[in-house]
Amino acid sequence: MSGKPVVRSAVLLLCLAVVVSLSAVGCGEQKVDTSKETYKIGAVLSLSGPASPLGQPEQRALEMLQEQLNAGAGVDGHQVEFVIEDDESLPAKATEAMNKLITTENVAAVLGSSTTGASLAMSEIAESKKIPLVVCAAGTQLTQPVKKYVFRTPPTDSMAIAKVLDYLVNKAKVKKIAILHDANAFGTGGADELSKKAPDEGIEVVARESYGSTDTDMTAQLTKVKDTPAEALVVWGTNPGPAIIAKNMQQLGINIPFVGSHGIANKKFIELAGAAANGVVFPAGKMLIPSSIPEDSEWRTAVDDFKTEFKTKYDLEADTFAGHGYDAGLIVTEAMKTAGTDKAELRDQIEKTKDLVGIGGIFTYSPTNHDGLSEDDLMMIKIENGNWTEDK
Amino acid sequence: MVGRDADNRILVGGAAAAFCVLIVATLVVKGSTGLQWIMSGMTVGSIYALIAMGFSVIYSSTHVINFAQGEFSMLGGVLMFSLVTRGHLPTWLGFIIAVLIVTAIGAGLERVAIRPMRNHSVISVIIVTIGLAIALRATAKWIWGTDPVRVTAFSSGTRVKILGAYLPPQSFWVFGFAAVAVVLVFLFFNRTLLGKGMRAAAMNPDAASLVGVSSSTSSLVAWTIAAALGSAAGIVIAPIILPSFSSGAMLGLKGFSAAVVGGLGSAPGAVVGGLVLGVLETITAGVLPTGYKDAIAFLLLILVLLVRPQGLLGRAEDVKV
Repeated sequence: MSGKPVVRSAVLLLCLAVVVSLSAVGCGEQKVDTSKETYKIGAVLSLSGPASPLGQPEQRALEMLQEQLNAGAGVDGHQVEFVIEDDESLPAKATEAMNKLITTENVAAVLGSSTTGASLAMSEIAESKKIPLVVCAAGTQLTQPVKKYVFRTPPTDSMAIAKVLDYLVNKAKVKKIAILHDANAFGTGGADELSKKAPDEGIEVVARESYGSTDTDMTAQLTKVKDTPAEALVVWGTNPGPAIIAKNMQQLGINIPFVGSHGIANKKFIELAGAAANGVVFPAGKMLIPSSIPEDSEWRTAVDDFKTEFKTKYDLEADTFAGHGYDAGLIVTEAMKTAGTDKAELRDQIEKTKDLVGIGGIFTYSPTNHDGLSEDDLMMIKIENGNWTEDK
Repeated sequence: MVGRDADNRILVGGAAAAFCVLIVATLVVKGSTGLQWIMSGMTVGSIYALIAMGFSVIYSSTHVINFAQGEFSMLGGVLMFSLVTRGHLPTWLGFIIAVLIVTAIGAGLERVAIRPMRNHSVISVIIVTIGLAIALRATAKWIWGTDPVRVTAFSSGTRVKILGAYLPPQSFWVFGFAAVAVVLVFLFFNRTLLGKGMRAAAMNPDAASLVGVSSSTSSLVAWTIAAALGSAAGIVIAPIILPSFSSGAMLGLKGFSAAVVGGLGSAPGAVVGGLVLGVLETITAGVLPTGYKDAIAFLLLILVLLVRPQGLLGRAEDVKV
């Protein structure tokens, strides 16, 4: 009987030792110091309205980042708070929300918005009020020409176009292409840039046709393409248009390669187009297929961890938009570690970001480049048997 | 009045002749490509015609233009997605359940939102239908989200060759359904007592109620039929159009245009209007730069409203004293 209390105290002591050593590690640098002021960062995202499929994953990723940071050392010991506002996918609401964040919440920087229109409106405020803004939208005009206070996390439409041209020249080896694009801003902008840049790569655009976002049949446009010597069809638009085009091509028996835009970089396209989706090729961020990133790289580890944690927390697959939101938060909080909350200092520090490993890629800004990513952070994906595979 | 009738006959005959010339010219100049345009245009046109018939049913009975008609079709499509694509019910069972649900919604809306407006002008009721359309769209967005959905085609296979053109198998379901629907609607309004009574109720509610057709019953029956027809149409076209919460707006606009072109209140007119619109759109998209396609639909609409406001097959409203 006398042996037992000894064992018990030994076990207790051991537990105590473990707890003490653990908390000692915690006291070292891994804890938020509650006496320090909380760092507030504003975010305006499209949580409702047509762009909500973009804004909602961005919001979730930011909330996850906030939790991760505050569970650790915060930013330099400061607790971090992302104050998130909804712009309802409207530029006017985005300006309103941004002004509110600056005046009543006194945020050090602003993230968002999800769409190019809302982000453009916000970038004007960023410039006039001299507050750093990291946008999650892809419109090339947001950062070209460079605006002093505006930075970006997603790859631009231009990078996607460059990737597609590279694919057409070096992989598909075609000389003549046809373009079929949505008549909206995204489709027209992409088709314009593609038509302008293709000749430099030795590619001739033999047909250029458009369709309306709500059209239900594109066979007329496709019969025109069929009558040209086009060796590939580039389709620039978002769901459901490209899915209808893929089906119509199958219906008409047009067998030239279908090269899509990053607008179809989602599983929805495969669901809508069904068997007609097979063989379709499109550019997308490498995070969609983590195995396309070198296995032993920091980037791969970051993406794997991000995807696992996102899945555990929300029971949802993390898409590229979640990555854009996370990266925006990461870039600002990293810069805050040296700059604190001084807006001018913070802007300078964001611009000095170099080789920062994010989810969408490796970020490097400079006074002449506020895009962060490059064409190398993208890959071409091919749909085979209803699944994505890297088209190397 | 005789001269006026003759004028009209010449006008409609001229329009029909011009349309035939266009079709023949397309076939002669473009061969099998032209045939493909016409066949594809007929598929699109049948879709417009089906929606247009829903407009006609309610207009014939109440003189109200129901701007929520496209939403009935959208609801049919997305319900079919939940029941068949996701719920794995057999197509026929999903079809019946989806139509029943939307029909109940249509009848319910008539009682809740339209009947209380019975003492107001027709234009006020039309504005209420715009409100209903917005409410249905918002509800669908809340339930099904913003993404378009995929509804499995009724029969397998990717394409069917007909003469020199290729169509998806679903096109034939659309053609068949449109043909059956136009016959049923036409017979109902011209051969049954209730149908004739309902038309009478629209023209003169007081006189009709004296002979036993109340405008209240008439309106309820019309909304029930229009919701059933609209949802069934929405289900048959769903595998082609990939419906989403916002599809109803486009369907409603095109269906309304087709109904006006063909003659509001006439079921055969709805079919003619839909087919003319669909074929013209597709030929335009094939011949001109594609941006002009939608302009053609509106041009046709304006032309008809200017020259023959009662539509191609519509009866001029003679108010005799």
